[in-house]
Amino acid sequence: MSVRHALLALLSEGPKYGLQLREEFEARTGEVWPLNVGQVYTTLQRLERDGLVESDDDGQDGPQKGFRITTAGATELAGWLRTPPDMSSPPRDELVMKVLVALRVPGTDVRDVIQVHRRYLVQLMQQWTRIKETEAESDISLALVVDAELFRLDAVVRWLDAADGRIKRAAAGPPQADQAHTDQAHTDQAQADKTGTTQAVPRLRRRVGARK
Amino acid sequence: MSTLEMRRVSRTYGRGAAEVHALCDIDLSVDAGTMVAVMGPSGSGKSTLLTIAGSLEDPSTGEVRVCGQELSTLSRNAKARLRRRSIGYVFQDFNLLPGLTAAENVTLPLELDGVPARKARAAGLEALDELGLTDRAASFPDQLSGGERQRVAIARAVVGDRQLLLADEPSGALDSVNGEGVMRLIHAACKRGVAAVVVTHDAQLASWADRVVFLRDGRVTDQTVPVPGPESLLTPGPGQ
Repeated sequence: MSVRHALLALLSEGPKYGLQLREEFEARTGEVWPLNVGQVYTTLQRLERDGLVESDDDGQDGPQKGFRITTAGATELAGWLRTPPDMSSPPRDELVMKVLVALRVPGTDVRDVIQVHRRYLVQLMQQWTRIKETEAESDISLALVVDAELFRLDAVVRWLDAADGRIKRAAAGPPQADQAHTDQAHTDQAQADKTGTTQAVPRLRRRVGARK
Repeated sequence: MSTLEMRRVSRTYGRGAAEVHALCDIDLSVDAGTMVAVMGPSGSGKSTLLTIAGSLEDPSTGEVRVCGQELSTLSRNAKARLRRRSIGYVFQDFNLLPGLTAAENVTLPLELDGVPARKARAAGLEALDELGLTDRAASFPDQLSGGERQRVAIARAVVGDRQLLLADEPSGALDSVNGEGVMRLIHAACKRGVAAVVVTHDAQLASWADRVVFLRDGRVTDQTVPVPGPESLLTPGPGQ
């Protein structure tokens, strides 16, 4: 989250005071990202140093000091809005790591581990949906923030579902064209679940999670 | 008394080596005014659970009660009457009759149940009105958008005094905004006292439910705990 550019965006509407910027930032982001007032003034000082905002010449430092965006600031803001964030390298995702590690820990039912995380995520999604249901209808900023959270969590649940399916298939062995064999594989898996035994899963060939 | 109660319900297909356990020892209670979502991958038994809850299929073993009536004790006619009066179904592909208007589709279950045509039509129009479809009452399904068709299907499912709403992937191929609209309508029906069971593999849809039950290989493996209020996600941060 770029506080720097969010402040530039607010100042593009007209001159504002520091305290006012903090209040508007929180309101525009559905009050989901609280902002420290000290962070606002530190950021404004840096923006002023870089020539992206100007402050009142006669104003003292403090809540009554006004700020406005410069031409360079407006150019910087326009460029930032159109620059995609770097999403090219996979993040070192803690949940992915937990599932990968669970595959290697003897006696661990990976599908149970996956279910613990799935339930937690769905419960979080239920909370966000309650917010959407009760508060976000009349607040477009909050609705957008809640949607973003729901889609993000949903993507993780989908990944867990896919992982669950892959692990189940890998444990059942190579796919069989014959339905009778497939049914037998399911029965074997059910038996394995009952007895707590797990079969070996294919070895991962590539390292994931490394940033560039 | 729960609107839907399933006790140790199992369903087996085939025999011997070809035997498949679609459902195993399912216990599920859904009270009036609550929505339960059933999540699970394809083949986990979600749809079988719904057809048994809706008396469209009998369990191999176990007990199912709908509105206090034990289904195994009912005759075929009594079950059909229970379905017409107390249970509403919403399917992924809407299942509207193409030769009937929206109003006629909604009214049909009431008329089949012997409700006089005028009274049934009034109830049908009221249900359509509640879902914002008053001006689409005379339209045929092929004249409606996907979202409107599903709203008509929901109106048909809740028309009259239905107490149990069963939905199978109700947002189907709808986009996320229309899918959310469908869940809002089902949620609103629950607030009026309807008990709903929604089966889905979609976590965003499931998150509208009061409780989410997870199925795997025909068994309930887990369920969510009651959701804390929204304030837990919107607590003031250190800067406030």
